[in-house]
Amino acid sequence: MNESKQIIVVNDLVKMFGHFTANDKLNFSVKKGEIFGFLGANGAGKTTAIKILSGLSKPTSGKAIVAGFDVKKHPNKVKKNIGYMSQRFSLYDDMTVKENFRFYGGIYGLNRKEIREKTAHFLKKLDMEDYGNMLLKNIPLGWKQKLAFSVAILHNPKIVFLDEPTGGVDPLTRRQFWELIYESSAQGTTVFVTTHYMDEAEYCERVSIMSEGRIEAIGTPAELKEKFDVKTMDEVFIKIAR
Amino acid sequence: MSVPVNIQNISKSYEKVEALKAVSLNIKAGELFGFIGPDGAGKTSLFRILTGLILPDSGTASVAEMDVLKDFKKVRNITGYMPGRFSLYYDLTVAENLNFYASIFKTSLKENYDLIKDIYVQIEPFSNRKAGDLSGGMKQKLALSCALIHRPKLLILDEPTTGVDAVSRKEFWELLDKMQQGGITILVSTPYMDEASLCNRVALMQSGNVLSVDTPSNITARYKGQLFAVKTNKMHNLVTALEQVPAATQVYRFGDEVHVTSFHENDTVFVGLLSDALKEKGHLDIQINKKQAVIEDCFLALMDKNQAI
Amino acid sequence: MYAFIKKEFFHIFRDYRSMLILFGMPVVQVLLFGFAITTDINDAKIAILDQSKDPITREITQKMLSSKYFILEQNLQSNNQIEAAFQSGNIKEVVVFEHGFAEKLQRDGKVDVQLILDASEPNTANMLSAYSSGIINTYSLQQMMAANKIPVSIQTESMMLYNPELKSVYMFVPGVITILLMLVSAMMTSISITREKEMGTMEALLVSPLKPLQIIIGKVTPYVLLSFINLIVILLLARFVFGMPTQGSMTLLLLESILFIIMSLALGILISTVSKTQQQAMLLSMFALMLPTILLSGFIFPIENMPIILQWISHVMPSKWFIIIIKNIMLKGVGIAYFWKETLIILFTTLFFIAMSVKKFKVRLE
Repeated sequence: MNESKQIIVVNDLVKMFGHFTANDKLNFSVKKGEIFGFLGANGAGKTTAIKILSGLSKPTSGKAIVAGFDVKKHPNKVKKNIGYMSQRFSLYDDMTVKENFRFYGGIYGLNRKEIREKTAHFLKKLDMEDYGNMLLKNIPLGWKQKLAFSVAILHNPKIVFLDEPTGGVDPLTRRQFWELIYESSAQGTTVFVTTHYMDEAEYCERVSIMSEGRIEAIGTPAELKEKFDVKTMDEVFIKIAR
Repeated sequence: MSVPVNIQNISKSYEKVEALKAVSLNIKAGELFGFIGPDGAGKTSLFRILTGLILPDSGTASVAEMDVLKDFKKVRNITGYMPGRFSLYYDLTVAENLNFYASIFKTSLKENYDLIKDIYVQIEPFSNRKAGDLSGGMKQKLALSCALIHRPKLLILDEPTTGVDAVSRKEFWELLDKMQQGGITILVSTPYMDEASLCNRVALMQSGNVLSVDTPSNITARYKGQLFAVKTNKMHNLVTALEQVPAATQVYRFGDEVHVTSFHENDTVFVGLLSDALKEKGHLDIQINKKQAVIEDCFLALMDKNQAI
Repeated sequence: MYAFIKKEFFHIFRDYRSMLILFGMPVVQVLLFGFAITTDINDAKIAILDQSKDPITREITQKMLSSKYFILEQNLQSNNQIEAAFQSGNIKEVVVFEHGFAEKLQRDGKVDVQLILDASEPNTANMLSAYSSGIINTYSLQQMMAANKIPVSIQTESMMLYNPELKSVYMFVPGVITILLMLVSAMMTSISITREKEMGTMEALLVSPLKPLQIIIGKVTPYVLLSFINLIVILLLARFVFGMPTQGSMTLLLLESILFIIMSLALGILISTVSKTQQQAMLLSMFALMLPTILLSGFIFPIENMPIILQWISHVMPSKWFIIIIKNIMLKGVGIAYFWKETLIILFTTLFFIAMSVKKFKVRLE
C-alpha cells in the first residue's frame, strides 16, 4: 500500500473521559477515495473517534493524520479539508434549499459564482431543479438527506464523514443515497460512514467493527465473512459485539 | 386478557401534508403486529391517534371495543406506550425513572417485577446511573420497562429500534417475543425492513397509505416475477450494467449482491440474457442465482416511486 | 402525587445553573436595587460663582456644603465659565450669588440667588434644586428670626410618614418582591412544562391515568416552595441589610404572597400551554410578565402620571394590586381591613387563571 495514498492514518489513538476509556489504542488507515464503513454497537466509541478525526476533540494520546494534517496540531486545517453530515445535524429547516447551499458555501469560503454553479449542478443531479426555493421543512426526509450530502461535499473536501446518514430513510432513497456515495468516491473523495443497516456494511469497500472502545475487526466485507465463517455482515457484527 | 385493535378509515392531515389516508386495519388480540415503513409513512400519527394524543380528521378506532375518542381515558389505562423519543427523564437515574412511571400508574416496581424481570436484570447494574448516560440499547430497554410497568394489555412501541445497533435490536425483538407469549397485544413500528419477519403480521406503509397487510411469508410469497441475485467482480457498476438489460426490471443493490426481477417466462433464457450483457461489459466471475424475495424486495416493488413533494 | 413532586425536585436540584439563578437572582436584584439604583442623592458636585464674597454668601455656601448633599468641585470667577463647567461633565449645579449680595439684602430686604442645573437628568435636577432652595430658605428664616422680624409668609412643614428618611429602598423592596415572585413562579413553571414537551416525556404523562390537574399540581408545588424561600430571603435582606422593618403582620404578608405566587404559577401554566419550546416560554414570560410588571405596576413610575389608557391597563395588572398590599403591610402596618378589595381582586384573578390553565392544559398533543 502506497503511504502517500493514505488519507487517514491513526496510530495508537487513545481517548479517556476521566477513568473511562472511550477509544483504546485505535490503529487503522483509510485510502484516498475509499468507502470506509465504521461500525460498532451504540456506545462502542464511534462518535468519539469521529469527533477526534474531524478536529472537534483532542486525543488523550496517540496520533491521527487526516488529509495530511495532525488533528492535534492543526485541527483547523483538518476541518477545511473535510465535510460532515449526520442524521441529526444537517440543514436548516426554516431556510430554502438554495439558502442552505448559499450559507454552507459561504462558510467554506466559496465565492458567489461558485456557489451558484454548484447549487445548479447538484439540484440538476438530484432532479430537484424545481424545488430550489422551497423551505427545507416541506421536503421529505429522503430528499433532505440527499441534499445534506450534497452540501457536505460542496467545497470538494478530501474526506466526508457521514454519521448514520440513512436512518429512517425508505429503501429506495437509501439506494439512491448510496449511488451518490459511489459517485463521489469515484471522483476521489474518501467516504467515512457509520450505519446501523448491515446491508449497507456490504456496500463499503472496507469496514472496521468497534466494540468497547477497541477495533475488533477490520477488512473487506468478504474477508470478514470468511474469517468468521458466516454468510452475512449481520452475523459478523453479532459475533463481535455480543 | 389481551385485546384487539380496530382501525376504520382513519385520515389525518397536518396543514398541507396528508399523514394518513383512510387507513383501515384489524389487529387481533394477542398479535405482534408490525408497521413497516420509512419516516413520514404515518406510523407515529396512527399510534398517537390510538393513544388519544391527537384526533383523527375522520374515521374511528377502538381498542378492546372501546372508542379511542370517547373512552380515551379507559384506553390509556390498559395501554403501554413508548414514544419515538423514548420519553425518559435524562436527569433522573434508571431506578428513579422506573419508580416515577410506576407511581403515576399507581403501582410499584415490586408489584410487577415478574413482568419486567427479563428486561430489568439487564439494566439493573446501572440502576443508579442517570438515564441520559445510558447507551442507546440500554435507554431502549429502560423505556420498555417504563411502558410495561402497569401491566398493559396493549403495548404500542413507536420505532423502538431506530438508531440502535444490530445486537441490541436482536435482543429487543427476543424480549418482544416473550412479552407476546405473556398475552399482550403488541403494535410496533420500525423503519428496518428485516425486522418485519419477526412479526405475526405486518402493514407495509408509505406516505400515509397501507401498501399491504399480511403475514410476512404471505407478503413475500405474493412477490410478482422471479427474483435473481447477481454477483460479479465489478460490483460498482453492476447496477448500471443490469439496468441496461431490457428484460431486467427492479434492479436494486442488496448487500453484497444486486437483486433483479424477471417477468420472462423462461428463467434459463433470462439468466442467459443477463450473463451475455455482463460479459460484454467486461464483468467476470458472474454468479446468478434464483432467490426468494424478502420484505424489502416487496416494499421496493410496492412503493410508489414517483412520489411528488 | 408525592412521586411527581419528588421527581420535580430532582430536576431542579440537578440543574446547578438554574438553581444558582433561582436563588442568586433575588439576592443580586435586591442588592442592586437597594444600593446601586437609588434615587437618593448624596455628594452631588457643584460649582459656586460668588461675585460678592461677603459674610452672608460665605455663610450660605458653608451651610450648603455642610449638608451631605453637596460637594464643592470648583469656584468660578465669571459667568463665562458656567457653560464650560457643565460641559466638563461632572458638575450638576452652579450657585450664582450676584454682586453686592449682603448690601442689597440690607438695603432692599430681598436678594436673588440663581440656581443653574444640569437637567439632562431631570429627576436629579429637580431634587438638587429642592435641596438647595430648602437650605437657602431655612437660612433666611433663621436670619429673620434673629432680627426679630417675624415673616408674614406661611411656612409649610412637611412630615414624611411611613418612610421618614425617604429611603428609596422602601419603595423598591415591594416592587422587587413582586417581580421576583412573578418571574420565578411563572417563568420556571412554564419552562419546566415546555421542557417535558420538548423531551417527549409529556407524551408519556398524557397517556398515563394522571388527570391534568394532577400534572399541574405536581409541576407547581415545588415552585410554590421555592418562591416562598425566595420571599423569605428578600425580606431578610430588606430587614438586615437595608434596615427596612415590616410594620404589619408577618403572617398576613406571607399569606398574601402565597396567593400571589399561586396566581403567578397559574399564569406560568397558561404560558406553557401556548408555547411549544422552552425558548418561547422564556421570551413570553419575559415580555408578557416582566416588562409590564416593571413599567405599569407603579413600581418605578407612578401610575397617576400615566396617560389614562395606561392607567386602565395598569388596573388589570395583578402586580399593581399586590404592590399596594405589600406597601400597606410593610410600611403602614395596617391590617386586611384596608386592602381587602385588592386581595379580592388578586383572589379572583388567581381563580380565573387556574380555571383557564386547567381548561387549556391539553389532554392531547394538539
